[in-house]
Amino acid sequence: MNNMYTFDTSTLWVALPEIFLLSAIVVVLLLDLFLTKPFKQVTYYLTQLSLLITGILAFNLIGELKAIIFGGSFILDNMASVFKVFMAGSTMVALVYTRHYLTSHKLFRGEYFVLVLLSMLGMMVMVSGYSLLTLYLGLEILSLSLYTLIAIARERAGAVEAALKYFVLGAIASGLLLYGMSMVYGISGSINISDIATFAANATLASREMLILNFGLVFLVIGIAFKLGAVPFHMWVPDVYQGAPTSVTMFLSTAPKIAAVAMLVRILVDGMGAMHAYWSDLFMVLALLSIVLGSVVALMQTNIKRMLAYSTISHIGFILLGFVTGVVTGYGAAVFYVLVYILMSLAAFGMIILLNKQGFEADKISDFKGLSKHSPWFALMMLVIMLSMAGVPPFIGFYSKLFILQQVISAGFVTIAVIAVVFAVISAYYYLQVVKSMYFEGSDQDITITAPMDMKLILSINAVLILVVGIFPDFWMKLSISLF
Amino acid sequence: MDNSLLSLLIWLPIFAGVLVILIGNERANTARWISVAVSILVFIISLSLYTEFDSNTHLMQFEEKASWISQFNIYYHLGVDGISMPLIILTTFSTILVLIAGWEVIKTRPAHYMAAFLMMEGLIIGVFSSLDAILFYAFWEASLIPMLLIIGVWGGNNRVYAAIKFFLYTFLGSVFMLVSLIYMYNKGGSFSILDMHNLSLTAAEQAWIFWAFFMAFAVKVPMFPVHTWLPDAHVQAPTGGSVILAAIMLKMGGYGFFRFSLPITPDASYQFSEVVIILSLIAIVYIGFVALVQRDMKKLIAYSSISHMGFVTLGVFALFLAYKPGAAEAALLGLEGAMVQMISHGFISAAMFLVVGVLYDRLHSREISTYGGVINSMPKFTGFAVLFAMANAGLPGTSGFVGEFMVILGAVQANIWYGVLAGSTLIVGAAYTLWMVKRVFWGAITNPAVETLSDINAREFGILAVLAIAVIAMGLYPQPVIEVIHVTIEHLLNQALTSKL
Repeated sequence: MNNMYTFDTSTLWVALPEIFLLSAIVVVLLLDLFLTKPFKQVTYYLTQLSLLITGILAFNLIGELKAIIFGGSFILDNMASVFKVFMAGSTMVALVYTRHYLTSHKLFRGEYFVLVLLSMLGMMVMVSGYSLLTLYLGLEILSLSLYTLIAIARERAGAVEAALKYFVLGAIASGLLLYGMSMVYGISGSINISDIATFAANATLASREMLILNFGLVFLVIGIAFKLGAVPFHMWVPDVYQGAPTSVTMFLSTAPKIAAVAMLVRILVDGMGAMHAYWSDLFMVLALLSIVLGSVVALMQTNIKRMLAYSTISHIGFILLGFVTGVVTGYGAAVFYVLVYILMSLAAFGMIILLNKQGFEADKISDFKGLSKHSPWFALMMLVIMLSMAGVPPFIGFYSKLFILQQVISAGFVTIAVIAVVFAVISAYYYLQVVKSMYFEGSDQDITITAPMDMKLILSINAVLILVVGIFPDFWMKLSISLF
Repeated sequence: MDNSLLSLLIWLPIFAGVLVILIGNERANTARWISVAVSILVFIISLSLYTEFDSNTHLMQFEEKASWISQFNIYYHLGVDGISMPLIILTTFSTILVLIAGWEVIKTRPAHYMAAFLMMEGLIIGVFSSLDAILFYAFWEASLIPMLLIIGVWGGNNRVYAAIKFFLYTFLGSVFMLVSLIYMYNKGGSFSILDMHNLSLTAAEQAWIFWAFFMAFAVKVPMFPVHTWLPDAHVQAPTGGSVILAAIMLKMGGYGFFRFSLPITPDASYQFSEVVIILSLIAIVYIGFVALVQRDMKKLIAYSSISHMGFVTLGVFALFLAYKPGAAEAALLGLEGAMVQMISHGFISAAMFLVVGVLYDRLHSREISTYGGVINSMPKFTGFAVLFAMANAGLPGTSGFVGEFMVILGAVQANIWYGVLAGSTLIVGAAYTLWMVKRVFWGAITNPAVETLSDINAREFGILAVLAIAVIAMGLYPQPVIEVIHVTIEHLLNQALTSKL
C-alpha cells in the first residue's frame, strides 16, 4: 500500500502518452512563434503528428495490467487507453475538417492548434484521473482551453457571447462539482477514488456519513450533468453550439464527450458504485428530461448547429439511460453510444464545414437546399448521417439505440424504453427536415464545394463508416463492454 | 440445392442499385437497361424458389444462417415458407413492371429512380425472408428510406408532406414492435423469430406485445383508423411508387400478422380478434363508401386498397370465431383466403395504378372530371382498364374474386353478420369502381384533350397484358398458389389455436 503513495520514476511509462503530448505542446507552441506566414501549415502538420504519436502510444498501452500511480491519483486501464485512442483519432479527423474551416474564415492561427492540443491533454488527464483532484485538474485544463477556442473568432459578437456564457456557466458547474468533492472529501477523508469507493461501500445505511456522502453526490451529479449538457443543466449548449465557430462546435461535441463520460465513470461508477441506487434515480430524471426536451425543442430550429445542439441533448439522454441500468453491459451500452455519437457528430459537423466557403457559414438547414443535385454523393452521405442519428437501421445509430433499449428493458424499465422510442420518432422529424432540404427542394443558391481533397476523402470515409460499422457492429459492442 | 439463393435475391438488386447510381443520370439508357436486366434476372432466380419449393412441409426452406451480432445472439438467418415465398415472387414480379413503366416517363434523375427501386426490391425480399427479428426489423425500416425518396423526389406537388407523413407514421408504428422484440429477447434469450413462436408468454405480456405488433402492422396494412397516410402517399407518389406501395409494402403489414401476431401471441390474438374484425369491417364498408365520393382516381384506388386489405385482416382474425373443434375447414379457408387476397391485390392494385399512370402521363391529371369517353381514343387501353376494374370489383373469374370469396366463407362461419357486411363490398366495390369506369372511359368526350390521346404503346401494352394474364390465371385456376401455401397455413392455424398459457 505504501508503495502506491511514493513517487517512483520507473512507473512513469504509465503516463507516457500524456508526457509526450505535453512535450509536444511546448514544441509546437514555441515553434509556431518563429514560423512566418507561408510556413504556418507546419503547425497543423506537427499537431496532427503529435496527436498521431499520442494515439499510438496510448494504443500500445491497451492490454497492460491496471496500474495506479502518482499516489493513487492516476490510473491506467483499458478504458483509459481505448478512450485516449478514440479521442486522439476523433481530434485528428476534426482537425482535418477544421483546417478547411479556418482557411475559409481567415482564422488560421497557430494558437488554435496549441489550444486543441492542450484540451486533448486535459481530456487525457480526465480519462486517467483517479482522484478527485486529478479529475478536476483535467477538467479545468480542458475547459479553459475550450473557452479560449470559442473566443478565437473574437470579431464575431456571437462567438464572444458564447465564450462568455460558456465560461460563466462552466465556472458555476465547476464550483458545484468542487463543492460536492469537498463534501465527499470531508466525510471520507480521502480524494482517491479507490478510498472513496471503500468508504462508500462500508458506510451504513441512513448513517450520518451516508447523509453527507449523499449530499456531496448530488452536487457531483449536477456538476457532471452540467458538463454533459443534460437537461435541466443544458442552457449553455444551444447558445455555445450556435455561437462558436463551427470547427470549435464540432470539437466540443466530440472528444470532450468521451472525457466527460470517463469522469462520470470514474466518480460515480468506480467511486460511488455502492451508491448506485441513489444516483441512478437522478440519472433517470436527467435522461428522460433530456430526451424529451432535446427532441421537442429541436423541431423548431432553423439553424442546423442549434438543431444539432438539441439533438446532442437528446443523445446525452440516451447515454445516461445506459448508466441507469447499473450493470456492466449497461455501462458498455452507454460507452458504445458515446463512440457512435462521436462518429456521427464528426460527420455531421464535417458536412456543415464542407459547405463553408470564403466568409460563408453554411449553418442554416436551408443552406442544404438542393444539395442532392449539386453533389449527389455528399447529399447521400448527409442522408446516411441524419438517418443514423434518427436511429434508422441499418445505420450505426440504430444499434446504439438498440443496445441501450435492450439494457433498459432488461433492467425492467419498459415504460422508459417506450417513452424513449416515441421521442426518437419525434426527433426523426427534424432530421428529415435536412433530408427534405437536400432532396425534395430545388436550390436557389449555387452550391460549390471548395473543400480540399483530403477533407472530402476523410469525410466520405467517416460517413461510410456509419454504414459499415452499422452492418458489423459486433466488435465495437464487445469492445465497449470489455472496458468495464 | 443452391444454398445462398435468398442472399442472392437480396443483395443482387441492392448492389445493382449501387452500380446504377455510379453509372449516373448522364448515361440514363445504360442505367435503364442494366436495371431492367437485373430485375428480370432476379425474377428468374426467384422462380426457382417456386420450382424447388417443397409444398409438403411447413418448415423453413432455403435456410441460411450465420452469426451476425454475437453480443445479442443475432443471426443473419434467412428462410422461406409458404407464406413468404409467394410474396417474394410477387415482389420480384412487380419490380420488373415498375422499372419498365418508368422507362420513358421519369425524366429527372432516371438512374437514381431505377436504383431506388432496385434497392427497395432487395430490402423487401429481406423483410420477407428474415428469420431473425432484428434482421427483419433492419430490413423493414431500411425499406422506408428508398420509398421516402421516391415519393419526395419524384412525387407530385404536395410530395414533401406526403413523404414525411409516410415515413413518420410507419416509423412510429414500428418502434413499438422493436420494444416488444427486445422484451422477448430479454425473456427468451433469442432474437430468432422461430424461437419466439415457442416462447411462452403470460396473458398480460401477450396483450402488450399484441398491441405493439398491431401498431406496426396495422399502420402498414393500413387499417382504419391509421390509414390516413396511404391516400396522401399514393396521390403524391409517382406511378411506380404507388404500385410498389400498394402491391408489396402493404403486404408487409399482412405478412407481419401471419409471421408475428398469430404465432407469437395466439391468446391475445384470440382475445382481441373481435376488435380487429370490427376495424376490418369498418375498413371494408366505410372506406368503400369513402372511395365512392373521390374525385381523384388515385385516391379512389388508394381507398379501395384499404378496403381490400380489410379482407386480409378479416380473414386472419375471423379464424378464431370460425374455428369449431373438429371442423377446421372454415377457419383454414378464411386464413388461406387472406393470403390469396394479398397476392391477388398485389396484381390488381398494381394494374389499377398503372392504368391511372398511363392516363396521367398523357394529360397530367388524375381528376376523374378531366376525362370522359376515353374509349373513343384509346380502345385497347380501355379493354385492359375495364378488365382490371372488374377484377377490383371482385368479378368471378378474376383473382379478385377468389380471395374475397374465401374470406367471406370463413367470415360467415364466424358470424353471419360479419359475412353479410363483408359481402356488401361486392356491391360497394362494384359501385365505386364501375362508376369511375363509366365517368372516365365511357360516355361522350367532354374534354377536347381526350380526343387527342394516343392509345397505349407496345411497352404499356406489354405490362398491362402480363398483369391481365396474371389476374385471369389466378382467377380461373388459383390451385398452384393454394397448393404452395396450404401446409404452411395449416401449421399456422395450429399455432394460432394452441394456447400458450
